[in-house]
Amino acid sequence: MSKQIAFPFPGLFKGMWVTLKTMFKKAPVTMYPKEQEIPVPRARGVISLDVDNCTVCMLCARECPDWCIYIEGHKEMQPSAKPGGKPRARATLDRFDIDYSLCMYCGICVEVCPFDALYWSPEYEYSEHDVSNLLHNKGKLTEWLATVPDAPSLESR
Amino acid sequence: MNFWLELVIKLVAVLLTVLTGALVVIYAELKAGSHMQSRIGPYNAGGRWGWAQPLADGLKFLQKEDLAPAEADRAVYGFAPYVVMMSTIAVFVVIPFGPDLWAADLDLGAYFLLAISSISVLGILMAGWASANKYSLVGGLRAAAQLIAYELPLVLAVVAVVIQAGTMSLNGIVEAQADTWFTIGTFEVSAPFLVRGQVIGFVIFMIAAVAELSRIPFDMPIAESELTMGYLTEYSGIRFTMFFLGEYASMIALSAIAATLFLGGYALPGIPDSLANFAGPGVLLGKVAILIFFFIWIRWTWPRLREDQLQRLAWHWLIPLALVNIAVISIFKVAF
Repeated sequence: MSKQIAFPFPGLFKGMWVTLKTMFKKAPVTMYPKEQEIPVPRARGVISLDVDNCTVCMLCARECPDWCIYIEGHKEMQPSAKPGGKPRARATLDRFDIDYSLCMYCGICVEVCPFDALYWSPEYEYSEHDVSNLLHNKGKLTEWLATVPDAPSLESR
Repeated sequence: MNFWLELVIKLVAVLLTVLTGALVVIYAELKAGSHMQSRIGPYNAGGRWGWAQPLADGLKFLQKEDLAPAEADRAVYGFAPYVVMMSTIAVFVVIPFGPDLWAADLDLGAYFLLAISSISVLGILMAGWASANKYSLVGGLRAAAQLIAYELPLVLAVVAVVIQAGTMSLNGIVEAQADTWFTIGTFEVSAPFLVRGQVIGFVIFMIAAVAELSRIPFDMPIAESELTMGYLTEYSGIRFTMFFLGEYASMIALSAIAATLFLGGYALPGIPDSLANFAGPGVLLGKVAILIFFFIWIRWTWPRLREDQLQRLAWHWLIPLALVNIAVISIFKVAF
């Protein structure tokens, strides 16, 4: 003979009281297309790119668990800063795409970027009818930069 | 009036009432259940509060293709939903809605109720067997085991009421509850059987009724985590709609039976006999609504029992309790 059913009443009625109370409370529901939900200021909605800061180091692309960042670049020779100096090679960004159909919003790319070229933006309304449109290119990623909130002011010591 | 004309009118009236009632109960379930889960439920269908959601669901179901598995026993498979539906609707034949508002006042009303409502087990077994699907078969057999186990406490709870009322006619049972119980001076007190010592019987009846309906916490026959949808797995389109409406119609039916047997049916203390025919249906429907809310409430609160717990509850607790209940009621009936 296995264990008998424990005398069940207190728990059962506690549960019924909970559901009854919940029924008369207002449900915390946002009717999304009609009402907008306001995310917290530093929500992780979309990743934006500051092209000027990018050095084509490929750290983000290599660390990305989903391999959803595509970077191409080439070297350009720059004249030296001082007259008579040696011309320097400088990496130039040709292509920087993030495929948001693969991205899992882990934010590792933002973390590893050594030159602060990637930022989180709280925007979240970029769903598409065609999945290929979720591949955001350099231009689109730069547009998101305008929606990035300002960095919090440094703490005073 | 012509017999056949009267029959058709009664049929249409019962069908319309039962099916509309089922739709209302479905809407109530959607709405109450979602609010209990901090959701708002149907909202956009029909403009305000999503009142048209059950209608929209029904229309959608009707458009769906009526599929049958290749291996299915077509005739039995097709007929099963109508058996379940029929047994549910036939219950309303004997439910009195007022002193003169009933389709038939059988001498064996309570017996007819129990007999006709257990035919739905046949329909469920037919559905489970004919679907040629392992989920359906296991679901159908579980349903049969469960309904047979809970038919017993249900019947025994009704027997206690029949002993107390001294009649099996449902009209007689309601009248027995409307009659004077005792008098304080010249004030005549009448009370439903629930107040007159049938508390245990009522609780047993309601537990068994939930099990008969295969609703949570007794919904092992259609337990979706292990059996997909049990005996309903292969059904689609209008046949699934039949099962679905039948389930909610039998909620109304069992609540109406419970209200008639234990809560005084159409009678309400304080309503004079002259008004009973007009107020009767409203009173009965009010009691039914309270019981249905109770069904919905526990469905959205309690977890599902295990199969062995379910059987143990019926055979170890409910049936012995119901027998003791009968013995006590009989002793009181004979002694006083």
